[in-house]
Amino acid sequence: MKTVSTFLSLEAPGPRVRVWLDGAPLHLPRGANLAAALLGAGVNTFRGTACSGAPRAPYCMMGACFDCMIEVEGETRQACLLEVAEGMRLTRPGAPGDA
Amino acid sequence: MDSEYAIIGGGVVGLSVAWGLLLRGRRVTVIDGGDAALSASRGNFGLIWVQGKGLTEPRYARWTQRSAAAWGGFAADLALAAGRSVWVEQKGGYDIQFTEAGLETTAARYETLRAALGGDYPFEILDTAALRREEPAIGPRVAGAILHRQDGHADPLGLLAALSEAVRRAGGRVLTGRQVTGVTRNGAFRLTCADGTVLEAGKVVLAAGLGAARLGPAFGFRAPVRPQRGQVLITEKLPRLLNRPSVFARQVPEGGIQIGATNEEVGFDDGVTRSGLARLAADAVAAFPPLARVQLLRSWGALRVMSPDGLPIYQESAAMPGAYLVTCHSGITLAAAHARFLPDWLEGTDAAPNLEVFREDRFNLPVA
Amino acid sequence: MHETDLAVIGSGPAGMAAAAEAAGLGLRVALFDDQPRPGGQAYRDVDRVGPMRGAVLGPDFVEGRRLTAALDDPRISHLGGAGVWAIEPGFTICYSQAGEARLLRARRVLLATGALERPMPVPGWTLPGVMTAGAGQILLKQAGLVPRRSVLVGTGPLLYLFAVQMVRAGINPAALIETQTRGDLARALRHMGGLFGGWGYMTEGWRLLRVLQRAGVPRIVGAHEIAIEGEDRAEAVRFRRGGAQHRLPCDTVFLHHGVVPNPQAARSLGLDHRWEPRQQCFVPVCDAWGEAASAEGGVEGVFVAGDGAGIGGARAAELQGRLAALRIAEGLDRIGNEECDGRAKPLRRQLRRELAVRPFLDAAYPPFAEALRPDDTTMVCRCEEVTAGEIRRAAAQGCPGPNRLKGFLRAGMGPCQGRVCGLAVTQILAEATGQSPDETGYFHIRPPIKPLTLGALAALAETGEAAGTDKTAPGQGDAA
Ligand SMILES: Cc1cc2nc3c(=O)[nH]c(=O)nc-3n(C[C@H](O)[C@H](O)[C@H](O)COP(=O)(O)OP(=O)(O)OC[C@H]3O[C@@H](n4cnc5c(N)ncnc54)[C@H](O)[C@@H]3O)c2cc1C
Ligand code: FES
Repeated sequence: MKTVSTFLSLEAPGPRVRVWLDGAPLHLPRGANLAAALLGAGVNTFRGTACSGAPRAPYCMMGACFDCMIEVEGETRQACLLEVAEGMRLTRPGAPGDA
Repeated sequence: MDSEYAIIGGGVVGLSVAWGLLLRGRRVTVIDGGDAALSASRGNFGLIWVQGKGLTEPRYARWTQRSAAAWGGFAADLALAAGRSVWVEQKGGYDIQFTEAGLETTAARYETLRAALGGDYPFEILDTAALRREEPAIGPRVAGAILHRQDGHADPLGLLAALSEAVRRAGGRVLTGRQVTGVTRNGAFRLTCADGTVLEAGKVVLAAGLGAARLGPAFGFRAPVRPQRGQVLITEKLPRLLNRPSVFARQVPEGGIQIGATNEEVGFDDGVTRSGLARLAADAVAAFPPLARVQLLRSWGALRVMSPDGLPIYQESAAMPGAYLVTCHSGITLAAAHARFLPDWLEGTDAAPNLEVFREDRFNLPVA
Repeated sequence: MHETDLAVIGSGPAGMAAAAEAAGLGLRVALFDDQPRPGGQAYRDVDRVGPMRGAVLGPDFVEGRRLTAALDDPRISHLGGAGVWAIEPGFTICYSQAGEARLLRARRVLLATGALERPMPVPGWTLPGVMTAGAGQILLKQAGLVPRRSVLVGTGPLLYLFAVQMVRAGINPAALIETQTRGDLARALRHMGGLFGGWGYMTEGWRLLRVLQRAGVPRIVGAHEIAIEGEDRAEAVRFRRGGAQHRLPCDTVFLHHGVVPNPQAARSLGLDHRWEPRQQCFVPVCDAWGEAASAEGGVEGVFVAGDGAGIGGARAAELQGRLAALRIAEGLDRIGNEECDGRAKPLRRQLRRELAVRPFLDAAYPPFAEALRPDDTTMVCRCEEVTAGEIRRAAAQGCPGPNRLKGFLRAGMGPCQGRVCGLAVTQILAEATGQSPDETGYFHIRPPIKPLTLGALAALAETGEAAGTDKTAPGQGDAA
């Protein structure tokens, strides 16, 4: 994924692991907050809403808004409540490809 | 006088009747409760359901079939009148069974009813293979299902919204946040509300759901309705997974899978319980294993409006002629009948349906 | 089923302090949080913060390590990544962890579920790239991420703190667009009389502003008609100041106009709430120990501490957590009445000092009026995409409150269960119907208050754990 993130990382992140986003490999810092790691990797849209397909991305980062919902191993989860783990398979329901 | 008809209760029953009367040019006022008032119309499962209804009373089965048959036209007219779509799908529904024995017993009872109805009872038995062709998500523990062609489902909240909009557009008044507490009759009916509102009307329809039990005696009704709790679950929105509804799971138009409902005699407690929710989830997952990985979104409890035999009550008051009790458990199923056929009965026209079997004096109860 | 003396829901400052205090008094404590690690929002992931980030975030943040360190007590089990989805009176805590539904019995419950950002519905607030200021801080605290080109919009000291942290990190925000007016400040100064220990906060506030000034971060005060522009993500903030229109290009927008108690757990237990006019939010009705008043037929033995009981900030939360723990220990006969009161005295004194500044802050940084009264086309319910105009139309058609609203619109019925829009819905309805917020009420909250798979729930039925008719939630009308 070559998108430039709208965020800069303050510290050189530790070891990275490979995860899969919509079938494509992506290297994220191991153990990092998943929503933050995706934003840091330039993933700007997490999903399209079920109502209108409008693009959404993390809004609250504290488990309240559900705008960071993403599919992890086929289950809908809030990315801001998860940590990055090796080999995670992520899919973005209804998200327009912003890769 | 404010209105020709005052309808007490702005649930699906009251609003269906109100809209039907308005279409006949009557002046109608609907009085409804506040934010916390009990409302089966806002918590029900949304089925338009024929199978299993009236197994011991074919006239109830017929009344249900008549309403189900009218539903499509009713929904189309309502959508036009309200200026918003009214979702309904009537391509059959299942009674899913986990044992062969269960399937056979149910089929035998349906056969008896079919005979009593002169053959008009279109159901068929699907074995596991046949059912899987219709519903690929079905699990190995399912023995089969009865598919009844007259069944279907609707969007109960969308229906309620459309009805209240249609009532307004047809010139009806809807007064919300009010509780009717008393009535006097001096020529016209004079209804008084807890907040001091007074309303006069030539006729009154008591369609207050469970509220009728308390208010009924003031009109000379027994109104023997009791609450029966149903707990319901709904999941996150999913791509199409279920083709047809069944009594314990249906996919709503927005995509969520709705799962229900328990039948519990717990008085006016409309809470949810862990045991109730877990059992519903277990049955749903047993029937449709892919549901196991789906996130549960919300749960709620709602109170059914139950008469002693589960059938509707349609009764004009002997003590106060011009006052009618209208109540039923299956208000979604019967919405079409209440809008289209019941007004003839209230107005006493030649087209009035024969509702003798639904009189409340069928219950041998002392007057409350 | 496992048993414990005290279940603490939420491991922020209130929850952590309460757990440590209770364990110190001999109670077994289970500390739940849906985040994997303790810290809460204020001290998010504080244990994993390196020295550089520590310097950016400042000493107040690193201070949180004192609280996480105190959790190292054999009587405390910290349950991370555990979303509590139901609390049953009596008490059974139902939570999901590692994809499973699990149960734990507890003699007392302390809700320390903290605050949520006050909903700030302005045009464009659902676009990717728009976040709460709290979210921005979390990204910084937890992941060391700083936005390249951002604008901070709204009001309150948190905006200053966050902006200063960005300055320290070496990437200034493009601007602070503030909604409070000079008049608000003048009115607020009348509360200064009541300030004692509050002076510390005040000087801290001036200090932050000086840092921003020296760094050359532009501040615009008294902004209105705020909207975020962009197609598929935020591209600019548009606003008006005085007579003039302005447009600031950016790719991240942080919104903030105060925080409010997170109501989900307290509401799901049916606790009594009242409208708090000064903070413009609902708060659970509690006594001075944080014990919730038990409504008629309601549950007893529930305590609330921290921002969830009313906004007081991290230090106040810690003190409230300890006070609640004392009272709970007394109720469970671990300490006597006198000891309880004796230990509470200095805590109460500190708490009064901590709270003294609140009336000033509430008056100086009032919620953004336009976001409390969004225009008709602005989306209010993000999940179901319902606009303010649709809510007003429902009110005009006789919708008396948020629960009946479900018979008109789907507001509050999406995955967030009204966490984001609930307060806005009540306020819009209240204004439209001319009722008070208390009369208007709030969404009925039912379990699961945290996500749970059907499979996990179903497994409870199979293990027999679900036997009996344990009551999971009090009843009120709700809808399909
Ligand atoms: C769990 C469950 C599942 C169901 N599933 C189905 C289904 O699949 N298909 C189906 O057809 N039916 C179903 N039903 C039944 C259906 O919901 C009801 O038949 C229908 O809602 C009854 O409508 P109602 O208007 O009589 O009562 P309610 O919806 O309860 O409305 C009564 C109204 O009267 C008002 N009221 C009461 N007292 C007063 C007073 N004194 N003054 C003013 N206003 C008052 C209340 O505020 C309320 O709005 C289900 C019900 C439940 C509980
Ligand atoms: S970003 Fe709001 S729930 Fe994750």
